[in-house]
Amino acid sequence: MPNFLRAPSGTQIALVKATVFLACLVPAAQLALGWQNDTLGANPIETITRASGEWTLRLLLITLAVSPLRRYTGLHWLIRLRRMLGLFAFAYAAAHFTTYVWLDQFFDWQAIARDILDRPFITVGFAAFVLLIPLAATSSNAAIRRLGGRRWQSLHRSIYAIAILAVAHFWWLVKADLLKPFIYALILAALLGLRAWWREQERRRQLSVPPPAKHLERPVIRIVQK
Amino acid sequence: MLIRSTSGPADVRPAEITPRPLFEERRRFLLRSGLGIAAGAALWQGLGGTARAASERLATIASPLSTTEAMTERKAVTSYNNFYEFGTDKGDPAQNAGRMLTRPWTVAVEGLAGKPRRFDIDELLKLAPLEERIYRLRCVEGWSMVIPWVGFPLAALLKAVEPLGSAKYVEFLSHYDPEIMLRRPVLQWPYAEGLRLDEALHPLTILAVGLYGEVLPNQNGAPIRLVVPWKYGFKSIKSITTIRLTERQPATSWRRAAPHEYGFYANVNPEVSHPRWSQATERRIGEIRKRPTLMFNGYAEQVASLYQGMDLRTYY
Ligand code: HEM
Repeated sequence: MPNFLRAPSGTQIALVKATVFLACLVPAAQLALGWQNDTLGANPIETITRASGEWTLRLLLITLAVSPLRRYTGLHWLIRLRRMLGLFAFAYAAAHFTTYVWLDQFFDWQAIARDILDRPFITVGFAAFVLLIPLAATSSNAAIRRLGGRRWQSLHRSIYAIAILAVAHFWWLVKADLLKPFIYALILAALLGLRAWWREQERRRQLSVPPPAKHLERPVIRIVQK
Repeated sequence: MLIRSTSGPADVRPAEITPRPLFEERRRFLLRSGLGIAAGAALWQGLGGTARAASERLATIASPLSTTEAMTERKAVTSYNNFYEFGTDKGDPAQNAGRMLTRPWTVAVEGLAGKPRRFDIDELLKLAPLEERIYRLRCVEGWSMVIPWVGFPLAALLKAVEPLGSAKYVEFLSHYDPEIMLRRPVLQWPYAEGLRLDEALHPLTILAVGLYGEVLPNQNGAPIRLVVPWKYGFKSIKSITTIRLTERQPATSWRRAAPHEYGFYANVNPEVSHPRWSQATERRIGEIRKRPTLMFNGYAEQVASLYQGMDLRTYY
């Protein structure tokens, strides 16, 4: 593996970050331009709702894929992209929700409340969005310090529940063709399954008496797993 | 050297054909300015004459059952479709339906009829005068359009086969060809729909063979489809091959897939919401703000009597 991939310099990482940042803006820019130029098809509001929803889900899954990727490729610096990816997931969720509240329902709060209460797909989508808010709010280094690593981590584990709610939201809103939500469900199952598998391995390792040298390494390994 | 035009005298130069946007613009203007259906029809036929060289134009007469609301752009009507046999995204049918051959095509009209038989599509086109029917279309997903269909009353076809007294319902089947259509069993194929016989015989119920004065594009259900304007769009089955008179209520595709969501009647009703969508409002394609949905899609005056005494919450 080339050295810059294994241990990129600060500048190289900044460059990668800037690229990922811009890439994450592309779908939003496309929608904004499409709206402006009226190229989003016959039902532009539906197009925006669906695209922003699907990108939220994709970004959630990409965020969840960072740890496994890092673990299996040995590219430890990938972790430094994770916060940005998670925040973009939140940004797209916020855009998705705003589209719904503004363009779709036009601030008809009664209709919105009824939707959230009566329609299971909206209920779980809303739950996923609400649960994302504390994660976005505690994404800064200062927040991690304030909460302490352990509490911060257990709070941020709710991302697993959020991802499950998000897939359920997609599953329930589809009329008949479950192919897409099924594919997302499979990807999520793989990402969650890996965590369960790691946990099981860790439990076994702890049961067998570990050699002292490994023992010293354990805190490092822990962080890798999250 | 002289460059000779190869077109004969009967040809119409492209420049003489009114460009569609202009044509649509004029038509909309006419309707808005309330010149009346008769004047509209005269101009419509006049324009039809000019543009006959553009082969697919259909001669029609106007109908008093048409709405005068602004029509949805043709581009939207022909690019935003639910025709699951050709894919489940709205843009899929326009992409894929071109594969379907609409000639030769026959429609079998069978079941409880005195004279059941198979009709050739070209025979159907001459069965009754073609009318332009500008109808609202309300989809169960909460959007709507206004579409100038070309067609004739379904009653004209049913009367030709002489329904027996025992016939109470009409079952419809779509074309299904796994070679060119979706194979995944998203719905049970062929697509099936049904009406009560009195609904089928209602003057608003038509078999459409065109829209915007031209032969029906494949993605809109060519060569012949049902249009029942007071019911959610999924009742208006496309690319029909079989029409069967039955005694029992026929099974229908969406009802089979999700009986709690899609009823047999599927009348547009703002008071009975679908589990996934409120049906109180709708977005007219081309507009931003939603508008209130009307009972029976605004056709209550004509059809409410069909359902007298029925609880429309039970028979949704
Ligand atoms: C983390 C939060 C959320 C995620 C990941 C998410 C994801 C999605 C996805 C993947 C779709 C379908 C896209 C497609 O059809 O291709 C969708 C559609 C939709 N979502 Fe969300 N969503 C979230 C939150 C919400 C919230 C809070 C609301 C409203 C309160 C909402 C309302 C809708 C609506 C109305 C649709 C369109 C349904 C339709 O077109 O029939 N979503 N969302």
